[in-house]
Amino acid sequence: MKRKGYQFVWITLLLLLTPSISNAMHIMEGFLPAKWAIFWAVLSLPFLALGIKKVNGIFKGDVNAKVLLGLAGGFVFVLSALKIPSVTGSCSHPTGVGLGAILFGPTVMTVIGTIVLLFQAILLAHGGLTTLGANVFSMGIIGPLVSYGIFRGLKNTSLNKSFVIFLAAAVGNLLTYCITAAQLALAFPDPASGIGGSLVKFLSVFAVTQVPLAIVEGLLTAIIYNLLMEYKSKGVISIENI
Amino acid sequence: MKTSKTNLILFLLAIAIVLVPLIFLGDSEFGGADGEAGDVILEINSDYEPWAEPIWEPPSGEIESLLFSTQIAIGAVTIGYILGTLREKKRIADNR
Repeated sequence: MKRKGYQFVWITLLLLLTPSISNAMHIMEGFLPAKWAIFWAVLSLPFLALGIKKVNGIFKGDVNAKVLLGLAGGFVFVLSALKIPSVTGSCSHPTGVGLGAILFGPTVMTVIGTIVLLFQAILLAHGGLTTLGANVFSMGIIGPLVSYGIFRGLKNTSLNKSFVIFLAAAVGNLLTYCITAAQLALAFPDPASGIGGSLVKFLSVFAVTQVPLAIVEGLLTAIIYNLLMEYKSKGVISIENI
Repeated sequence: MKTSKTNLILFLLAIAIVLVPLIFLGDSEFGGADGEAGDVILEINSDYEPWAEPIWEPPSGEIESLLFSTQIAIGAVTIGYILGTLREKKRIADNR
């Protein structure tokens, strides 16, 4: 009982008290016209609601799942704060949502992503409250959805499982930034070349910078997965989905 | 291959990817990509004015890095605690 209490405290601490900062990737405060800000927020809400329901279920459930949720949450906090230099000469950061999406499904990461983004917006002036919906959609919905989809699609193939995890996390990360670029392109079509022209410009800022970081995220996610699988094989933790 | 060996290789690979730009692009500014996106927005639509301001900004780079490292510390402690617990459980299971 006491142990359970400890884990609960850790996870709550992790989810509620941690300030989060990141320098790159998120759409800055006020940089999305109001109608688009509302559009993305409305689109994100159902995913958030589903996620909150699922997280509640996890808190009511067994200790294993809570431990894994703490691990997945901690992973997001560490990775989303690691600003890493890239080959374009600018910095960006991984998202860390792939691991949790693989363990729990995408909507749980919508909740964790929203918490991280909220604190970033409030305490660190990164991202923003007006652009929260759009940022949640890219980092908390599409990224995890892509990671989850790749993992589910490839997990029963002959491919090495760690490689599948690497791929799921890396591509999910990359797609997060492609969505950010698309959101900006939709809101700011180029006067001459339209949405397509804008998309190319924004992608050149985000996507290229992101490629090496996506690989780093994939590698780190695979490391945690390898450890979990070893512990699972020894019977010290049960993991349902992987 | 043993898990620890595989993981060591993966970790070294990750570090190498981070170091490459620092070594070969030493002159770059390594600013944030979101600031650049802001520049692209102004280039496409020079009339655009951000219609909201962050409600609070860290007063200095030092405070920013304080909050920043606090985040990493809490995340890392959590991961370390959980993985450490599992490792110890495994050790006990092995010795049984």
